[in-house]
Order: sequence, then C-alpha cells, then structure tokens
Amino acid sequence: MTTDNPYKGYHGRALETLKHFHVRVWSDAEVTTDEDTFRGIILPRSETADGEHIVLKMITGYNIGVNVNRIRKLEEKGYKEAHYKIPEKEFPYAPGRARVKLFGTGGTIASRLDYRTGAVIPAFTPGELYGSVPELAEICNLETEKLYGVFSENMGPEQWIRLAEEIGKEIEKGVQGIVVGHGTDTMHHTAAVLSFMVQNSPVPIVMVGSQRSSDRPSSDAALNLIHSVKTAAECEIAEVMVCMFGPTSDQYGLLHRGTRVRKMHSSYRSTFRTIGDIPLAKVDREGFTYLREDYNHRREDKEVRIKPVFDDRVGIVYYYPNMKPDMIDSMIANGYRGIVIAGTGLGHVNKPLYPALKRCQEAGVAVYMTVQTLWGYVQMYVYETGREMMELGVIPTANMLPEVAYVKLGWALAQSEDPDEIKRLMLTPINGEITDREPYNGYLIFQGGLPEVDKFVAQIKR
Amino acid sequence: MTAEDYAAVGFKAGLEVHQQLMTKRKLFCRCPTGRYDKTYHAEILRHMRPTLSELGEYDGTALMEFKTRKEIIYRINKETVCTYEMDDTPPFMMDEEALDISIEICLMAGLTVVDEVHIARKQYLDGSIPTGFQRTAIIGLNGSVPFGDREIGISHLSLEEDSCREISDVGHRRTYITDRLGMPLIELVTHPHMRTPWEVEKVADLLRRMMRTTTHVRRGPGSTRADTNVSVEGGTRAEIKGVCRTSLMPLLTYNEARRQWNLLRLREELHRRGITKDTFQSQSADVTRALKKTLYIPIEQAVADNHVIKAVKLKGWAELLRWEVQTGTFFSRELSDRVRVIACLMTLPNIIHSDNPSENISAAEWQEVKRVVEATKEDTVVLVWGDEQDTKTAVEEIIIRAREATIGVPSETRQALRDGTTGFERILPGPDRMYPDTDLPPITVKRERVERIRANLTMPFWERVRYYRELGVPEGYITRLAISRYAPLFREAVETMDIDPVLASYALYQAPKELERKGYSTNGVSLETVRGILLALSKGKLFREGVTAAWKQAIEGSFSREQLPSPPSDAELNDIIRESEMQVRANKVFDEGNVPVLTIAEVMKSMRGRIPGRLVAEKVKTQAGK
Repeated sequence: MTTDNPYKGYHGRALETLKHFHVRVWSDAEVTTDEDTFRGIILPRSETADGEHIVLKMITGYNIGVNVNRIRKLEEKGYKEAHYKIPEKEFPYAPGRARVKLFGTGGTIASRLDYRTGAVIPAFTPGELYGSVPELAEICNLETEKLYGVFSENMGPEQWIRLAEEIGKEIEKGVQGIVVGHGTDTMHHTAAVLSFMVQNSPVPIVMVGSQRSSDRPSSDAALNLIHSVKTAAECEIAEVMVCMFGPTSDQYGLLHRGTRVRKMHSSYRSTFRTIGDIPLAKVDREGFTYLREDYNHRREDKEVRIKPVFDDRVGIVYYYPNMKPDMIDSMIANGYRGIVIAGTGLGHVNKPLYPALKRCQEAGVAVYMTVQTLWGYVQMYVYETGREMMELGVIPTANMLPEVAYVKLGWALAQSEDPDEIKRLMLTPINGEITDREPYNGYLIFQGGLPEVDKFVAQIKR
Repeated sequence: MTAEDYAAVGFKAGLEVHQQLMTKRKLFCRCPTGRYDKTYHAEILRHMRPTLSELGEYDGTALMEFKTRKEIIYRINKETVCTYEMDDTPPFMMDEEALDISIEICLMAGLTVVDEVHIARKQYLDGSIPTGFQRTAIIGLNGSVPFGDREIGISHLSLEEDSCREISDVGHRRTYITDRLGMPLIELVTHPHMRTPWEVEKVADLLRRMMRTTTHVRRGPGSTRADTNVSVEGGTRAEIKGVCRTSLMPLLTYNEARRQWNLLRLREELHRRGITKDTFQSQSADVTRALKKTLYIPIEQAVADNHVIKAVKLKGWAELLRWEVQTGTFFSRELSDRVRVIACLMTLPNIIHSDNPSENISAAEWQEVKRVVEATKEDTVVLVWGDEQDTKTAVEEIIIRAREATIGVPSETRQALRDGTTGFERILPGPDRMYPDTDLPPITVKRERVERIRANLTMPFWERVRYYRELGVPEGYITRLAISRYAPLFREAVETMDIDPVLASYALYQAPKELERKGYSTNGVSLETVRGILLALSKGKLFREGVTAAWKQAIEGSFSREQLPSPPSDAELNDIIRESEMQVRANKVFDEGNVPVLTIAEVMKSMRGRIPGRLVAEKVKTQAGK
C-alpha cells in the first residue's frame, strides 16, 4: 500500500461501506446495486461532497457516483493507483543564454488536480514546468525554486518579505531576470509591494500567473510563462512588472508596471489592466514592442535596494452610503496604525464619519484617501467636505490605487513612527504609483453595443 | 457479401448516436439554443496544448493535435455565445431540462440511471471546443433495445455539450463558428452487436426513431449524427465520424471492414518479408539539393518557395505502397493522409514514392535520391516537401504509419468521404483524455426524479410499431406515425375516442403529410387543435373526407370544432340527392348505369366533410332502387 489513507476523502455511510466490504480507493472494483452491476476504479472523493456515494471511474474514462445505500455487494478485483508522471527533466543548460530565476509561490500557473477536493491545487513544482513547456529552454537557462505553494489570497506580509529578500539574493548572485509565479487574485498587491521593497533593480522582475489552469488544453499558462521568461531574459525594462495576456486570444502579453496594474475581471484571460496610464510594453514570442520610454533600464550592476519591512496594522475601508463611524472606531480600538479609505467620487465619505476621523487624528492613526472609481485623482478641494476632511488629517494620495496605497502604507509605517516622515514616504512616488499626469488614453473602457465600438471589436482579435 | 461472409471475417460494428435535445438553454450557460447564424461580431484565436490525464498519461490524439501546430479561430456571434463558450467564464450549473430529457431517453433504452452525475472533461485538441475539452457526463449505463429477434446492448448514454462547426481548415489555420457550441447533446453508445453493414443502418434508424418518440429532441440537419465503430477479426476498432445520413452507413462500414482486412494481409506480407515492429528500418535525408532542377511541378514549386524536400526510405518495402487498401486506393494514401492532417501539408499530391515512379521526377533524379538514402531495389522511397518544420513532422509521421503496418490496423478516427471510402482524421482517443471537471460539483439524481420521469414515459418506438401493426394501421404509415409528434394522440383517438385505427392514422399522419407535400407547414398546429380534429371525428361532426379541409383550417388557425357544420338531416339529404340527380341528368347521361356514381360525386361537392361518402352512396342506391 503506497497511499497513506486508503479511504481518501470518504466519510459517513460511504466510508462505512468501503470498510465493510474491505475495498479501498484505487481498487478496481465490481459494484452490485439494487438495479445493476458496474465495474470501475474507486476514486478518492472530495471531502466536501456528501457521505452517501462512492466514485467509480469506468473503463471509458467517465466517472459515476453510486449511492451506497443501494449497494449490495462490493468486490475488489484489482488495484490501480494513479500517479502523475510529469517528466521532471533537468532544465537543459546552454552557454550564452540569459540566466533567469523562477520563484514559485503557488496559484493557477502551477497547478494540478486534487481528487480529494476535486479542485485545482497549486502543487506542481516549478521544476516540472520544463516538462510541460519545453519552449522555455530556447529562451534562457532557467533555475527554479518553490518558495510557497499557496493560493494567492493567502499571500501576505510574511511571504512578501521573504520574496523580496530572495529576489535581492538572486540579483546579488547575478541573474539576468526574475520571474515570480503567483496566483492572479492578489498578484497586483504583491507586484505593488515588491515595487517598494525591491528598489533600483538592475534586472526585470516579472510576475506571472494564469487564468485557466495548466491542466486545460486552452490554458493561458504556457504562453504567459513563455512571455514572462522571455521578458526576464531579454526585456530592457528593469522594474517590477505583471506579465499577462493582453487580449483573450493567444496573441501577446502586456507588461504592466507593478504599481499601476489591477485584476479587473473575475475570469477573463485579459483580466489585468494598467489603470490611469498605459502599459510599459507588449511581448510575444518574437520580442517586445515598447509603448513608452520612461522606464528604468536594465543595468549591469547589482545595486538593488531591498527594504523588506511591513507593518500589518493597516487596512482598507471601502466607503458606502450610510457607513457608520463604528467601522473606523473599531479599527482605532484594535490598534490599527493606518487606514486607507476608498472614497466615493473625488474622495469623499459622509459627515457622520467625521467624528471618527477626528478620533483617528487624536489617536495618531494615519488616514489616506483614494478613490473607488479607480481611474482619476483624489481632489479634496473641489467640495467643502473634502477640505473639512483634510482638516481632520485625511491625506489625499493623488491617483494611487487603493490596494497600492494599502501596501505602501504598511511598508511606510514599518519604517517610521513620525507622521510627517510617513507622509513623505507615501507621497513620494517610487515607481509610478503616483503620476503627475494622466494621459488621455489612460482611461479607455469601450462601451460595447455602440456601432463604432462593435465595428472595431469585429476587426481585431481581442 | 452475405451475412455468413461477414461472420467469417469477424465483422463487428457499434454505434455512437449523437442527438441534440430540445431545450431552451445551452447545457452550461444561459445562451439560447437552435439558432444557426454564420454572421459573427468578433473573432478570437487560441492554441491547444496537450495535458496529462488524471491517471498520468498523455493521450495519443492530444499529442497528434499538438504536432499539427494549428491556430484556431473562433467566430463569435453575440446573440448565440457568451463568455462561457469563449472559455472566459466558468460554467453555470447543468441545465435541468437537458438532464430530465436524458433520463427519459435512458429509461426508454433500459439504461440504469446513475445515482450521482459526475461531469468530466473529454479532451478535444482539434479546437472544436474552445476550452480544449467537452464537458460530458454519464447519465445511464447498461441498457438494450429490441432489434428483430435479439437485443442490441447499449453501453451508456452521456449528456454533453455540442461542439463548434468547422468553417475551414487551411494549412495551420482552422476556423470555427460557435453558434452550435454548448447545446445539449446526448451520445448513445451501443455495444459492437451489429453483424453486417446493413444492420448498422437499421440500428441507427431504430435509435434515432426511439429518441424522436420522446418529442424532446431536435430535428433537422445536423441535429442527429452518428459515429460507427468497425472492426474485423484481428483488426482494431476504427471510428467513422459524423455520418449524418444512415443510408451511407452500409457502404462506409463495408469499405472500412475491407480496409482492415487488406491491412492485415499487408501485415502478413511484411512479416513474410521479415519486417516486424522490431526489425522495421527506415532512413531519411534532405534531398533538396538533388532535386533542385526537377521539372516535376509540385517539387519545382517547393524549390522556388525555398522549401525543403525530404526522402524517407522504407527498407524492404518495394511495391508495398501500391498495396490496395480500399476500393481504388492504396497504402500510399494512408501515408499521404497522415502527412496532410498531422504535418498540415495540405496541397495534394503531398508525397510521391518510388513504387509509382512515372509522371513525377526523372529516373536520374530517383536514382540520385535513392543514392542519398542508400536505397536498393528491395526498398521504397517516399518524397515529401514543404516548410522545414512541417516536413520534419511529415517524415516522422510516414515512419510512424509504416511501422504501424507491421503491427496491424491502427486505432483511428476516420472521416466519411463522398465515394463511401474513409480517410484518416485523427488517432482514436482513449480513456486517457478524460478528466474530472473541477469546476462543477457532482449532481445527485434522486430516485423520485427518475420515477416521476418513468411514470410519464411515452410508448417506445418498437412498442408503437407492434401496436399499430396489431390495429391494422397501413404498413406504409407505421414508422412515420410512430415518430410523428402527433403519435401520442393516436392511442387516445383509438382507445378513448373510439376512432377507427385506420382513420386515426390517416388523420394524424397521411392527411398532414399530403398537405406538407403541397407546401403547407403543419409545424404551428398545436396538439390541442389536432385533438379537436379527432374529437370532431369521434363525435360524427367530421368525416374522413373533411379531414384535409380541417387540417387546412388548423394551419390557417381558423379551425374550430364548434363551428363545423352539422351533418345534414335526412330530409335535407334527400333534397340534395334529388337536385343532384336532376343536374346529372340535365347533362345528358348516355349510360343510365353511371347516374348513381355521378350523382354521388355531385352530392359530395357540397357535403364533403359533413357526411361520410359511404352513407351518401347507400342512400343514392336505395333511392335508385325505389
């Protein structure tokens, strides 16, 4: 027996039935019910599924569930345990190719199926990537290291800090580029915080993930990986970037600046968009199309500055009409040092919150204002209410995205107790989180249905 | 060939019948069904990569499709497709109506309905589904249907989403339209219980008709498609894909059986020559230089395009590429097909070979090519040309296919060609391409649900046939009536309304059919209206002669049972007869004996539908006798 648990995922009556008939998971079994007889391999069952059925994989490859209350006989005829055999080949080394380091943190880019939960889990080591995407060997000499195997929602300060430190070490060692495999849900948080923790990088730091897991033939994982590895190896831009599909079609990736990017659709491949600005570049298998010039260029030195600190006593408050001040008060009471508000319009909250904002000021809790419209600047002078709030210590953050302001505030709070110094850190842009100007094409959300838009969409492959 | 001959070669065939279900929505999203439209508003481009199966194996088909390096274009119509079909949104829960209909058909075919439905992903790397897999689930297992004096076993029924329609496939680009994509489709798979090619057609018809009797399946072009699995003793299952007309099946299955038989004879010949899987030898080389000045146009063109030309030597194979495999086609076609499909070298001819050296390159050029690959007169040399990468793939495929000949018949999916032969489409996929769908939980099928559907089950096709025959329904009506949507009314007409079975079959099948032949459409006539016609018949308000007129009214929407004129009274009828007879006589009838017949015809002009012709005839005769 090679399986640690012979009844993986089974519970309740189903587990009792398997035990009663001495049949285990991966048995090739014959099942006789009130109605019929079936033959198949008993598969592990999702722990969240009911305890009334066993799962059989038939010779045709289909699975069915059999209600255990109708089973009369269950007999083990053989045993066939399944194992993935992803060829974990050593990545071929070729002199003269760029040295690229790939860090794995988890997420869909590196995933396989889990039969206990029936879900996709991030458990496929970066070393196996070569077995699935051999094209990578034509681009660089790749080294891989799995730092974490977590869903992106479980990434937090501890992981950010270690990731920043590991990136620093690799740059010291002289890699020509870094790729970070990451779940897409919070990729933009990590991209932003790395932009602050890893400054003045001489090489590209490319974050990548996928929207369709790599166990699917139409997955975007392979192409995203190819694009990101190519970027790390060859791109001129030495910044923290997110590299994901530009259109939903398998055509090209976009390189987004880590501080200006956001996941904008729950499932589309082309979910990442640069907000309030334009992306840095396009990447495809052939090369790069640079869309702007004001980026940090690749350098030969190793003079990176790593500032891996974070104070997690910070939170985002997403304002909604009729919000009660106790939301803010509870944060003060719980010892929060910083609050980022995603305000309405130009950066507003309602009057009943003002006393709570005053209590923040008195308690030394730093309060920064961003906009929930995502596009556009905070402007607190236009209306009287904005000015009143500023008098209560609320600091506008220009066009910093709420999530970016959140991670930056945590990073700034960890570096100083002085509100002025924190304010200086917050409002001094490190890599485009605040920009002087918003270009006219920084805000483009086409409205489908308009004849001219539909005509445009029909002509291109999105 | 007779049935005995087929038994002697070990002919076996099975069917996979695909049938679209009549639901409002697609299977895993809320898009409308049954709207076919080639106009499109956007295009997307995808590639497909093979993945490992649940059991850790790569599927052969998957690898083959990957080798073809196709760009897949999907045309999107905003009315028929949402972001689910584009694979940019996860699936919604399975359509309940589709599941109910599937259960209904399972029960009809005697299948055991599963307790829990597990949705699987069946990989299709040809691009026919944008996700790269078809969501599919087994709904029932282990059934059978009566066929003559025996039973045809049904292995299972699965419910799946329909695929895209291919628009074109040129070089490395394949284009699909997505309107049909995602519509609920069932696949009914039989055991290989068909013993002759003509049985294949009959069973296919039987299964289609069985499904039609539910009235919950779609009709019309493309709504029913069948794949046929064929093998002979010692051969391998080959699947003939997507045959829309069952009448084509006998010839196709015959040809496929014959192909397998010939391939097995080829294997014998190879073994006789000492060529087996292990001793098989081949050699390939670039011969572009040797053919630089050729006058053979396809290769001359390749040289002009800066393409490469490669030669493959098959050691000891002399003359075997001319081995006849199907009627009028040779083993070289098997190589050419693989090169066309897998290496995407689609302009024919895409290969030439030394077993057939005339009308291509010169003898001197052949000699030079043979020298490069060190071929003797015992060997065969195949030439292939094209883009560097494609030619490399082509050489590999030629060697793979030739080696397979030493083993026997490869498992393939074959396309049905117009002349009744088959061509290679892809390697037959195996169970390794099945994955559990991690996006959707299993669905419990409660026994109450199954029993509720069983209680409402309509009479199966074969029982209808037997029942109609017992009642004396004209033989020519039986099959058509059994799959007519008015069939459920027949039983009611006969058993509840006490209408003569022959009259009922006339009213429900023949009369509407005649109108349809004249260009009327009966589609819009509701079952309730048709029941009205039957009630009028049973209450004596309508007679056989008036049925067609009633149908016409029904089609126009003006039929009403209440407004039908009542039968004439005796006195009224006598008057009409008298008047009619006078009119007939006024026309100077020479033969007195013809008067009654002409009188009857005259009466019926005004009385059709109000009184049976039989009664008029009796009356006329009685009066004449007076």
